[in-house]
Amino acid sequence: MVDDDGRGAEAPGRTAPPTTGEPVLLRMRDIAKHFAGVKALDGVDLEVRAGEVHCLLGQNGAGKSTLIKVLAGAHRPTRGTVEWQGQEVTLASPVAALATGVATMYQELDVVDGLTVAENIWLGHELARGGITRRRELHARTRDILRRLGHGDIPPGREVGHLSAAGKQVVSMGRALSHEAKLIVMDEPSAVLDSEEVANLFRVVRELTAAGVAVVYISHRLEEIRQIGDRITVLKDGRTVATGLPVATTPTSELIRLMTGRAVEQVFPPRRSVAPDVAPLLEVEGLGLRGVFSDVSFSVRPGEVVGLAGLVGSGRSEILETVYGARRATAGRVRVGGKELRPGSVPAAVASGIGLAPEERKSQGLLLDEPIYRNVTLSTFGRFATGPVLDERAERRTAREQIDALELRPADPDRVTRTLSGGNQQKIMLARWLVHGCEVLLLDEPTRGVDVGARAEIYALVDALAARGAAVVVVSSEIDEVLGLADRVLVVAEGRVLHSGPADQIDEHRVLDLVMEGSAA
Amino acid sequence: MSESSSLPPSLATAGSVPPDPDRPTPLQRGGATTGAAPATRSRNPLAGGAGRMVGLVIALVVLCAVGALTGGERFASLDNAMTILRQAAIYGVLAVGMTFVITGGGIDLSVGSVLGLASIWASTVATQTMAESSGWFVMVFTALAVGAVCGLVNGVLIAYGRVVAFIATLAMLVGARGLAEIIANRQTQIVEVDGFLDVFRSSILGISVSIWIFAAVAVAGWFLLNRTTFGRRTLAVGGNPEAARLAGIRVKRHTMYLYVLAGVTAGIAAVLMLARTTSGSSTHGSLYELDAIAAVVVGGTLLAGGRGTIVGTVLGVLIFTTLTNVFVINNLSTSAQSVAKGLIIVVAVLLQQQFAARARRT
Repeated sequence: MVDDDGRGAEAPGRTAPPTTGEPVLLRMRDIAKHFAGVKALDGVDLEVRAGEVHCLLGQNGAGKSTLIKVLAGAHRPTRGTVEWQGQEVTLASPVAALATGVATMYQELDVVDGLTVAENIWLGHELARGGITRRRELHARTRDILRRLGHGDIPPGREVGHLSAAGKQVVSMGRALSHEAKLIVMDEPSAVLDSEEVANLFRVVRELTAAGVAVVYISHRLEEIRQIGDRITVLKDGRTVATGLPVATTPTSELIRLMTGRAVEQVFPPRRSVAPDVAPLLEVEGLGLRGVFSDVSFSVRPGEVVGLAGLVGSGRSEILETVYGARRATAGRVRVGGKELRPGSVPAAVASGIGLAPEERKSQGLLLDEPIYRNVTLSTFGRFATGPVLDERAERRTAREQIDALELRPADPDRVTRTLSGGNQQKIMLARWLVHGCEVLLLDEPTRGVDVGARAEIYALVDALAARGAAVVVVSSEIDEVLGLADRVLVVAEGRVLHSGPADQIDEHRVLDLVMEGSAA
Repeated sequence: MSESSSLPPSLATAGSVPPDPDRPTPLQRGGATTGAAPATRSRNPLAGGAGRMVGLVIALVVLCAVGALTGGERFASLDNAMTILRQAAIYGVLAVGMTFVITGGGIDLSVGSVLGLASIWASTVATQTMAESSGWFVMVFTALAVGAVCGLVNGVLIAYGRVVAFIATLAMLVGARGLAEIIANRQTQIVEVDGFLDVFRSSILGISVSIWIFAAVAVAGWFLLNRTTFGRRTLAVGGNPEAARLAGIRVKRHTMYLYVLAGVTAGIAAVLMLARTTSGSSTHGSLYELDAIAAVVVGGTLLAGGRGTIVGTVLGVLIFTTLTNVFVINNLSTSAQSVAKGLIIVVAVLLQQQFAARARRT
């Protein structure tokens, strides 16, 4: 989500940035959080002073969301210490975090649509005496809070479901105030707002900080960070790569370098050359999905890898899902081998040789409690049947061949899929389409949740598939991955293709520039 | 699926799709272990709860022991065993259908009502007159057709109308019962087709036909769930509908089929009911859906879907009917019986959660 919203608000230069002198409110040291072997955080340091707006920067997957959840008490860190006003504390649960004084506004606003504004703001610590809610006082205090937030116009009794996204955000912020939070974490608060609402948000943030409240502000929009931020901490691969950078004096190029600077060397296979005269295998023409993306056109030849780069919410995944028929296109067409696909039909896409490895492998791709072989044959088990009767031995045999070919571990077709690492689960997805014999592969975030070693293997696999004549489309929020894997790159922001060209003629900085600033143009 | 042939040849070999699944492959070096694996490891969905099955069998044995100790000859006789099985037959057939619906991630509250409606429709004067002239199978066909149509209505509403299964089948529960009352005018309809009664009240090898039918339905259900593409789709649709959809499975259509299947089993149960009571009644099958669901859940099928076991369901049905029998033989009140049933359900589900938690940890 990048646009020009922030520009509507004039930034009155902050008079005295409280970078020094103000007491340190929160200090996190060497925070790590591991999930079943995946290191989401691996050494994060963060220091927030009272009354400052501390910006958290980092690419997708850098660990921002996990860090927020640690702060909110939703995740217990595997390692590291949290100090609050100089005292070591444990944010053991969301309730504990709130009691300490940390309130979190999630990107997906966690308001209850069916309850009123007042009920939402005081949710969990209702004003009551002996279990009976005190409606009058509730509404009076809610009005106070709403006025502080510059929204005295919202009636406390209004059902939250009837409010706009901006209104819901005000409610979410009101909840933070009702807890008298000293630190408010805002996860991409401007993503759902228009420029006027962003201006109001900033005004509220300034009032809060003037009253000594600290704000941890997360945004992809550098423009906004320049306006509202005091100091910046940059995360990369679950680590703090820079902390306490003054907003005023740190150049954008430096920030982008910090965000992209690679902690681990990624091994991309050497680029293949694609014969230019081959007819495209996959053709997407003027594809659109109302309200999400429009006018997307590209084609992929056999042996070619096309990458879609863009931020979360840019429409990348939706484009893939629409090509695949999982969403019904409202405009345009998709052709495979010259034959037009029936829109909105996954079976039609699969039958014509398209396979999708979805973004959320666990929730969209796999039957986690089923053995490996059944996931490998999920799209093809009908082929292993005589009439309706399955031949599971043949299924296992085929799965075993794939396990050997892809070096899937553990090499046991009967192993329950849930127990596998992210990389091996991704290999199951690839194996599924290999067994199917897909010519067109759509890979959405193929290395999300995949450790570094397995990444190289996945890259090599993608390359090998292309070398054998498959047409591959890769979506990734890791720009270096798109650039490293793809022959051609499409840069997507807000449902539009901003740039299309050979991957070796564009670099990571340029892509970031395009998606973070250029989309407003 | 002939598309695979249109592949570049190199890709096809890379994909190593055996065009003939029985084709021996060079990778068979592991063949011996592959073949042995399923036998030695408890990985197929049935054996996944092998421990559970043992638990259920133990529960049944304990129940029988209690019955024999307290009831003596009256419990431990071949006659009584047959009584238990005959009673189990109707619930059992319903529960097999219910196992599919629940494994597929749904629920069907209407089977008891559909049973009642099917029993009425199959025993109206019109149907019976036709059966007198054309043969008893007219009644059977009617019962199955009524069941199938009710199931189809449920299925279409749930799969394509996106009505929550609980609500759609609740509506059918109420509606079908009402329709049955209207058709029967709240009268009990006596079955007078001798051919029908002769067939379904007879015995083969000393075992009554209803028990044979229950056995046949159970075996067919087991085969369908564990050995066929239909069963695999059911597991996929119940386990992760989105993954199933993105793998190219027609999730909606399959969901619809599951409710049709449940409806058909309600039709079969109606036939058994007609034979046992020699009458059709709009009150037949009242609350049977709850017993069927209880048996399925106690048997180890996950209420959330994705995992189902017919063997467990059959054991669950037998446990409940044996329990009822033991209580009746000891002249205990049906109220006490209900309390015992409630306890069994709770204990079974608590155990199920423990098993699930343990499975997740390993």
